[in-house]
Amino acid sequence: MSRGMPFVAVAIVLAPGGALAELGFNLPPPATGIAREIYDLHTLVLWICVGIFAVVFLPMFYTLWRHRKAKGHVAASFRDNTRLEVLWTIVPALILVGMAWPATNLILAMKNVGDSDLTIKVTGRQWQWEYEYLDDGLRLVSTLATPRREIDGGNPRSAHYLLEVDRPLVVPTNRKVRLVVTATDVIHSWWIPAFGIKQDAIPGFIKEAWFRVEAPGTYRGQCVELCGIGHAFMPIVVEALPPEKFAAWKNEQMTATKNATAAAQTAANATLSLTELTTRGEQVYNANCAACHQPTGLGIPGAFPALDGSAIVTGPVAAHLDRIFNGKPGTAMTAFGKLKLLSDLDIAAVVTFERNSWHNHVTAPDNLVQPAEVAALPR
Amino acid sequence: MDLAATRHTHHETVSRGPMRWLTTTNHKDIGTLYLWFSLLMFLIAGSLALLIRAELFQPGLQFLQPAFFNQLTTMHGLLMIFGAIMPAFVGFANWQVPLMIGAPDMAFPRLNNWSFWLLPAAACLMLSSFFVPGGAAAAGWTMYPPLYIQGGIAYDMTILAIHLMGLSSILGAINIITTILNLRTPGMTLMKMPIFVWTWLITAYLLVAVMPVLASVVTMLLTDRHFGTHFFDAAGGGDPVMFQHLFWFFGHPEVYIMILPAFGIVSTILPTFARKPLFGYVSMVYAVASIAILSFLVWAHHMFTTGLPAGGQIFFMYSTMLIAIPTGVKVFNWVATLWRGANSFETPMLFALAMVCLFTIGGFSGLVLAIVPIDVQLQDTYYVVAHFHYVLFAGAAMSILGGVYYWLPKWTGHMYDERLGQIHFWLTAIAFNVTFFPMHFLGLVGMPRRIPDYAPQFADFNMLASIGAFVLGASQLLFLYTVIKCIRGGAPAGDKPWEGATTLEWTLSSPPPYHSFTTPPVLTTDTPHGLA
Repeated sequence: MSRGMPFVAVAIVLAPGGALAELGFNLPPPATGIAREIYDLHTLVLWICVGIFAVVFLPMFYTLWRHRKAKGHVAASFRDNTRLEVLWTIVPALILVGMAWPATNLILAMKNVGDSDLTIKVTGRQWQWEYEYLDDGLRLVSTLATPRREIDGGNPRSAHYLLEVDRPLVVPTNRKVRLVVTATDVIHSWWIPAFGIKQDAIPGFIKEAWFRVEAPGTYRGQCVELCGIGHAFMPIVVEALPPEKFAAWKNEQMTATKNATAAAQTAANATLSLTELTTRGEQVYNANCAACHQPTGLGIPGAFPALDGSAIVTGPVAAHLDRIFNGKPGTAMTAFGKLKLLSDLDIAAVVTFERNSWHNHVTAPDNLVQPAEVAALPR
Repeated sequence: MDLAATRHTHHETVSRGPMRWLTTTNHKDIGTLYLWFSLLMFLIAGSLALLIRAELFQPGLQFLQPAFFNQLTTMHGLLMIFGAIMPAFVGFANWQVPLMIGAPDMAFPRLNNWSFWLLPAAACLMLSSFFVPGGAAAAGWTMYPPLYIQGGIAYDMTILAIHLMGLSSILGAINIITTILNLRTPGMTLMKMPIFVWTWLITAYLLVAVMPVLASVVTMLLTDRHFGTHFFDAAGGGDPVMFQHLFWFFGHPEVYIMILPAFGIVSTILPTFARKPLFGYVSMVYAVASIAILSFLVWAHHMFTTGLPAGGQIFFMYSTMLIAIPTGVKVFNWVATLWRGANSFETPMLFALAMVCLFTIGGFSGLVLAIVPIDVQLQDTYYVVAHFHYVLFAGAAMSILGGVYYWLPKWTGHMYDERLGQIHFWLTAIAFNVTFFPMHFLGLVGMPRRIPDYAPQFADFNMLASIGAFVLGASQLLFLYTVIKCIRGGAPAGDKPWEGATTLEWTLSSPPPYHSFTTPPVLTTDTPHGLA
């Protein structure tokens, strides 16, 4: 059976309605060989199903119409037919074998993660993705870029509302990229529809997947395993660049990372004013903390504790710092310092912000934390 | 059979008031309780779904915060499955199994009372969890850890409610098995039982086999949450994916627990209104049994994206595809039952026909999902939501609605309002498809399930689905009205309002006497249905 034929049939059905095509009825255009094979396999299976449906239900509607009581039809009385029953057990079995064969081959191809050109570690976390280029030690954290007010205002404006991030994953085209996927807190799932890969990110375990993108471009997906209140807000964006551009990008990033580390070291020794710290702290808070603890600092009772009036936030600095630096195991509270998600400066800023916001007015000198105090914590 | 005697004995012993319902051991009373409980849960869980659809009407967060949204999806699923669908079928079993096999009551009448009264307690526990700090459980009805470990006290309440519901199901199943195996009227061999009784017998075995697995796995969650065990925590040597294996070892047979009795109802209704015997009775029985056995071998097809090795994926793909064969046999048999019948289209028949067509669509999307590479694209998207609503709403719930119309005349002694029934059917069937068919497209295009907000490219189909859902929800109020109207009065049904019906309950008066078949009825023919 040719796999091209049903594909042509779909094209004929869908082609006349250009507007319909834009509405989106089908899998997105494939960007990898695997995704294309999945697309074709789905088309094949779909048309087999449509065919069987017609073969079964046309006779049913015919008999409902033709042999109806209202027309005075008298019922026949047959109750079985062995030959027919054997036939409709064997024929479906053969059809299933016809579907299982290409599916099995495709599974084996999808599972073949060997001979990869580069390996990227993907870590899911409530609610952002972290990417680490294992061969180069390059690391980036990718967070939703859609502004909170657009979401809460119920008024999506951005072109890629909810499917845009601050820092996309960048990969080379025509290279076999192997992903090792894991998570730190709960199960997430990494999915780019155009690549035909979806891999659950399971805390404590490492799972593999791979893709080879054919054309440069920006590809979008999102987390597909329920992971708490931010589940809808952890998109995945992959930017595929030609290999030489990718190499240039990577060098640029390595340099930038080096500079940033140097800058952080300088910052760690700097002494900042209360205003400088709280201004920066508010930004850090909104990007990393507000989803659970809320912009009001009131949290969600029973689920996420309030920071407004909290004993930890208004108590000794050490306990407050420890909670943010080391997190709280078994909860959604991440170890922002230990996992290197926030710089020392950012941690100092957000701690200072929390101690001086809402109804929290910690008296000096405990109201202010300098980056050096964070740097002094044991790692 | 001494019908006159059974009709007039014991009527005076029926007490009145709430104590009648609290203390009843009568299978008809308990059946009625199950069915009303189920209808109430259906309306409550349906209302939760309408809140979900209201939020999803447009992109952006308009009405609900994500935390509450996740509570709604979780509780909608749990209440529909454990509160609405399963108790409805047990209600049918209570009313119909004794009547169809000529038994005076269920085998364990007192156990029967307890099985039912566990359910309202469980439902109260689950519903009241919306009002505790943090709100209800919000980790999805599948309760996957570690997310489930993060929750507040509502999560424990949900676990305990599931324990109660599971206990109720196990006790009910034991009762049904014992009744069917021991209380059949003389001469009714297993292969002469009505097909509905057969489907329930097999379902009851599934329940006894898998509800303890569910009880165990939620208990392990509970001890992980509170007592420092690490069954599902990698840091302590556990594995979050093991929860999924155990859960779906329960969960997949559970899917058939919710569909096999529906097959039984449809296989009863179709021959009645085709006025023709069920085609291939024996192969129907074997098909149901094969589906039940295979249901234990397919669980990991819910987990194709967890990173199973290729061998595992291939095994579970093949075993899942195999289920298409007995399922196909059932559909072919139904069509052959209708073939050259004298078909008429009363409300029960309309629901049964719609079930056959729409359930088959759900079966096909199930086949699509069974194929691993395609499932990788569709897992955890709206395609899956479309699939299981075609199976569970069009398959299970529409069979239940059809079954209620079919037996209401027997239960109440009155005919339901046929015109209202037909309107209810068409509204339900059309609104159902408007709601759920577009979800296939949403899933293919790439919309994940369980999200409170989505990218604008998914907006059109979501709006359509929401409109369909509101109509679908409102139509069920018409059903409630039609049922109440039928109970209050209507044209007398007579003993046997459906000329094509063949089973034993139609030899009794409508409504049947409070205690029926106190002496076993005599089978007059040799046909599987017991009575020609």
